[in-house]
Amino acid sequence: MYTKRSILAAAIGIALLAGAAPGIAATDDTIVLGAAVSLTGKYSTNGKNTKDGYDLAVKVINDKGGVKVGNKAYKLKVVYYDDESTSARGAQLVERLIGQDHVDFVLGPYSSALTKAIAPVTEKYKMPMVEGNGADRSLFQQGYKYMFAVLNTSDYYLRAAVNILADEAKKAGRDPKSVKIAIAIENDNFSQDVRDGIVEDAKKYGMQVVIDDKLPADLNDMTATLTKVKALKPDALMISGHEKGAVLGIRQVAEQKVYVPMLALTHCDSAQITQKFGKESDYAFCGSQWDVSMTYTDPWFGNSQQYANMFKKAYNYDPPYQAAESTASVEVFADALKRAGSLDKDKVRDALAKTDMTTFFGPVKFDATGKNIAKSMVMYQVQHEKYVVVAPSKWAEGKPIYPAPTWDKREADSKVSRK
Amino acid sequence: MSNLSVLIDAPILLVQLVASGILVGAIFALVAYGMALVWGVMNIINIAQGEFVMLGGYIVFYLAGAGVQPLFGIPIAAAAMFVFGFAVYRAVICRIVGRDMFVSILATFGISILLQQLANQLFSADIRTLPSGLPTFSFDNGLVTIAGIKIVGFVAALVVGVALFVFLRYTRIGRAIRATAQNARAARVLGVDTDRVYATTFALNGAICGAAGGLVAMTWFIQPYLGLTYTLRSFMIVIAAGLGNLPGVIVAGSALGVLEEAAGFVLGAEYQTAFVFLLLIVLLIGRNALLARQRKYLR
Repeated sequence: MYTKRSILAAAIGIALLAGAAPGIAATDDTIVLGAAVSLTGKYSTNGKNTKDGYDLAVKVINDKGGVKVGNKAYKLKVVYYDDESTSARGAQLVERLIGQDHVDFVLGPYSSALTKAIAPVTEKYKMPMVEGNGADRSLFQQGYKYMFAVLNTSDYYLRAAVNILADEAKKAGRDPKSVKIAIAIENDNFSQDVRDGIVEDAKKYGMQVVIDDKLPADLNDMTATLTKVKALKPDALMISGHEKGAVLGIRQVAEQKVYVPMLALTHCDSAQITQKFGKESDYAFCGSQWDVSMTYTDPWFGNSQQYANMFKKAYNYDPPYQAAESTASVEVFADALKRAGSLDKDKVRDALAKTDMTTFFGPVKFDATGKNIAKSMVMYQVQHEKYVVVAPSKWAEGKPIYPAPTWDKREADSKVSRK
Repeated sequence: MSNLSVLIDAPILLVQLVASGILVGAIFALVAYGMALVWGVMNIINIAQGEFVMLGGYIVFYLAGAGVQPLFGIPIAAAAMFVFGFAVYRAVICRIVGRDMFVSILATFGISILLQQLANQLFSADIRTLPSGLPTFSFDNGLVTIAGIKIVGFVAALVVGVALFVFLRYTRIGRAIRATAQNARAARVLGVDTDRVYATTFALNGAICGAAGGLVAMTWFIQPYLGLTYTLRSFMIVIAAGLGNLPGVIVAGSALGVLEEAAGFVLGAEYQTAFVFLLLIVLLIGRNALLARQRKYLR
């Protein structure tokens, strides 16, 4: 009898234990962050950047003693799932992170599309999420209360290019109204928001948008659009479509000798255009969330250059801005947790909303919709196969070269330099 | 329609669109050759066609990294993909020849997913591209420019087309392939080793895709997920050309290419692909109506 009863008790005990601590949930001195990122699928390069950014932040914060919440120091830990670059899977996995794994908080995925898919889930569970890779403006028009983004919205990627065009036109004694812009931008949420930013600023100056092509996702040849550019001779050609857009833009503009005074792109550094194309990438303008030359500092990493060095040492490649903004997301959590003094979700949410801090990535302060209103984008130009920041003037390392020399002149120059 | 008036004002641009369409279409036609061959001989629609192209591209890309001139990389990629095609035949395809077409679509779809994910793990999702090292030819003050590599692609497509025609027509194994395509059972009765014929056909398709992949890496770019575009496009070309019409493949490929460029110019890039698919539907309805009339005569 005795043994039977003890077996029963043990069984009940085990059952209770299993019920009380399912999944990966927090042990008493670890704060668990959950993230579904794209480790496979079309976003896997940027997904890895995101994960590396998170991991480096967690490692450095833990090495410096972790996060002090109330009187207790906690270590951070991230639980990852692979969302396979698909929205449905992303939403499902976040549901699992919250419902089954009982993570304490959620970090964002990569891309606007995936962020859009999981934000309704984190809202439903009133789960604070800090993200650094969803920039589409429509994310911030849904009235989300628990989502905070450390980056600039996507309409800002190429606004600076339009401003440079206007400045240069005025300098040359031209009316900005005579400036013509050609747009060739992929047909997805993020990229179309980049386009809207260009069109809004162009309208402000009264510039004419002479080409406005939406590139299909499976497009691999831009000849039709570029032929139009040859015919209409715009002052600027602006191309955006993630890494593929940058690669195709540089490649085909150079190959078909299409001359535009300004070629403006996005995703140049993650597409590694200078390494891939060398001289052919010269004079291209690129919008970026962050640059290694910026001098903001924070107590964990120091400045951007120190961050870049640490990152390169850990992962063996230069951090693109996608990694930097991911690292900053974790820093924002650490800061808010400290100020909240509690792990209570609503208290942390309120602390996040009151964030006013500086990270190596830039200053962070959220408006009521959760987007960062303190930071500005940078615009750099490829000059002599190097990225040179040309805007905003606060961070400028050089002056924009506009108009770019013609292809004939560029060829002649390269022949001279070869001699 | 302002784009149309641009075209009327500067008809030279039409030359650019037609030239570029023909050259681009030829590379797609090359991929379609392989698909037409496999489809015609084995009654299998190879959904993994685009993935074979992708693998060929990576072979040339990594060979170039090891110092092989990309143009010489193409025959090596073709040879490697011949072997790969043979291996895939032995592993999977030989089990589904002669079965329902649905089975073959499922099986090759599975292979395509497997190859995509493997490529993603092995090569990462980075977009890769190879400079061809060939000059760009420029006419009429740069209004018409043609990249050297696109001409190479066109010539390669023609050469492969002619070589395939000669091979099927005059060699022993070529005749065996044609015999098997016409009636596999009768061919077996007459002593043709149909299993070997199928293996050769599928391996040949691999080689064609390998060569095309090299050209794709040099003309545009490669990444692990580009396959579906090429599969769909070659499917479309085969349909447009009519099954069993190998010489028609290059004509259909180029014609679709030209129409696609023209649509992209006049209607805008967002309608470029949509237009071609619409055209395909019209073509199929038209052809069906024609065939229906023929059937009436037969009755």
